[in-house]
Amino acid sequence: MHLLVCGGTGCRASESSLIGESLKRELEEKGLGNEVQVIMTGCFGFCEKGPVVKVMPDNTFYVQVKPEDAAVIVAEHVIKGRPVQRLLYVDPKTKEHISDSKHMGFYRKQIRIALRNCGFINPENIDEYIARDGYAALGKCISELTSADVIDIMKRSGLRGRGGAGFPAGLKWEIASKNKADQKYVVCNADEGDPGAFMDRSVLEGDPHSVLEAMAICGYAIGASKGLIYIRAEYPLAIQRLKIAIGQAREYGLLGNNIFGSDFSFDIDLRYGAGAFVCGEETALIHSMEGMRGEPTNKPPFPAESGFLGKPTNVNNVETFASVPVIITKGWEWFSSIGTEKSKGTKVFALAGKINNVGLIEVPMGTTLREIIFEIGGGIKNGKKFKAVQTGGPSGGCLTEEHLDTPIDFDNLVAVGSMMGSGGMIVMDEDDCMVSIAKFFLEFTVEESCGKCAPCRIGNKRLHELLTHITKGNGTLADLDRLKNMCNVIKDTSLCGLGQTSPNPVLSTMNNFWDEYVSHVTDKRCPAGSCRDLMRYTIEVDKCVGCTACARGCPVNAITGERKGPHFIDQEKCIKCGACFEKCKFGAVLIN
Amino acid sequence: MEKLKSLADLKRIREEAKEKLELRVKGDNPEGLVQVKVAMATCGIASGAKPIMDFFVEELDKRGIGAVVTQTGCMGYCYAEPTVEIQLPGQEPVVYGFVDRKKADEIIEKYIKNGELVDGIIPVNYEKID
Repeated sequence: MHLLVCGGTGCRASESSLIGESLKRELEEKGLGNEVQVIMTGCFGFCEKGPVVKVMPDNTFYVQVKPEDAAVIVAEHVIKGRPVQRLLYVDPKTKEHISDSKHMGFYRKQIRIALRNCGFINPENIDEYIARDGYAALGKCISELTSADVIDIMKRSGLRGRGGAGFPAGLKWEIASKNKADQKYVVCNADEGDPGAFMDRSVLEGDPHSVLEAMAICGYAIGASKGLIYIRAEYPLAIQRLKIAIGQAREYGLLGNNIFGSDFSFDIDLRYGAGAFVCGEETALIHSMEGMRGEPTNKPPFPAESGFLGKPTNVNNVETFASVPVIITKGWEWFSSIGTEKSKGTKVFALAGKINNVGLIEVPMGTTLREIIFEIGGGIKNGKKFKAVQTGGPSGGCLTEEHLDTPIDFDNLVAVGSMMGSGGMIVMDEDDCMVSIAKFFLEFTVEESCGKCAPCRIGNKRLHELLTHITKGNGTLADLDRLKNMCNVIKDTSLCGLGQTSPNPVLSTMNNFWDEYVSHVTDKRCPAGSCRDLMRYTIEVDKCVGCTACARGCPVNAITGERKGPHFIDQEKCIKCGACFEKCKFGAVLIN
Repeated sequence: MEKLKSLADLKRIREEAKEKLELRVKGDNPEGLVQVKVAMATCGIASGAKPIMDFFVEELDKRGIGAVVTQTGCMGYCYAEPTVEIQLPGQEPVVYGFVDRKKADEIIEKYIKNGELVDGIIPVNYEKID
């Protein structure tokens, strides 16, 4: 028998290590130390009800366990084999005590569809993909379905583009299929560029064949014989695994001429991007593949009419493609039964920032931010207070406490002032200054603006200057008005999505954290204590014992004072590094 | 490799591949083989998964344990890399996080040799679709 004690950060904060120790002690006392082992584990993703203890092999799941409960768990469950009722999880709906964790809802919080093979198969071995039903969907399409059937399934599934905009994938395929041409193209957009998003890379590194298979299915549906994957050269491992996968698929004849003995032929090549953010926009991506500058052009014409080399082209993102084969094999009914009314299926999110369980998760559409951050994500690092979460990358917005219970889907996120984007989720705590966050994202867009249109090229630069001005303590209330006006002009007049959305981080932080902006300009104060230029370190004379630790730790000799006498900080010399604050054991150094 | 000319060919390959994977777990002998999967995506490799994979390959061989060590993609637990999944013959797979050489040694000595779980398990908290 094993007792698994959750040692995730959340549970450890509520004394789970003590629980482990008391369980061990109890077992020793009862002479069971050798038969029953106590094991500390990683996060169960159920932090809300932590600390959690799971008994194996019977899967009994105890919640909100206290160190003093160890005795009763050992006496009742381990020795007498009776679960301790009062420690069982109570289903909030049925009010029943649930002992077998397999019946608990939280296991259903994550469903892996796009990530179904990631971490299971060897990505460099096509047989392992085939063993898990790989290429069965392509086989089904070619042998049983017409291209119209495939498009119909895709439309009914309700799958929307996972790259950010959420355009219905089936509809996109239909438009491309209706445009007649001697040559059409299927393009996979693997130009993942949002800061903090890495799900496409993980899919390509962990399950490259799912993307190849889906591209072939798309080719069959729209009547294309050529596929191109546009991938950034910064993803060497993904490129290497894709090359291996393409090679193996060709050897099996799953790519190439007359697939499965039919008259359908399809092959895939790679195109490398140099890592420009704007090349994730489909027209810019196509221009880059054509060997031209990666600049967007006005739509229409849409790529489905005139794309790569002027031919009808269907562009989908990696995660969108990765979901396609299972939709074909398991049916659109199954896929559309997951998710919300207008956003079907699951979405992969990359959790990053001040969150305990940084990583990749895949949840049904409609899951709330609270479930993602505080349960699956294990809560905020170091027990700090949650402040905001940025979704949608540099084009998205910051969501706050009040949005935590919003079910996430494409439309809801837009309604609360952010967007889905590619699924990056950057979590911020009380120490993050929202003006600086807005500035960080603008820095990114200024860097990544292709320079073609003036509002984006010049406007974003001006926005960034204004924000820098404010974080240095030189801003005025009038600057805030100017900031807002400029944001709106850039939004309305930029040529492509990059410029149209680049002011979003500024606008959403202004909407949600207006007070913080005001403090920066009127009180010259940064409430989060992160803007260096607005900080002032001082020493409280009454608390200072004159130990000289701060003076010795100061790298610029800005602190003076006699041993055993009060010390002072020379504000002219101080570089605000915070070394004195960390060194002082008496809490005499203050930050204003 | 042969070309797959029909759906029947694909099915045959699938059955063969499945059998091979099954064999890997069950093996010819009753004890079967231990399966070790090391998450080797960029996140894993950056946190040192490669030397850990080498360690398993070399040490399992040295200690005379019949095992198959393979690489796989990201398991999603980037905060706990390197992550390693161990499947003992006939048992559910177990994932360990933060695996360094010391932990790898402990996993081999305690879990692989004696079936005793060791600290650092990452519990499964998602639903599979098959």
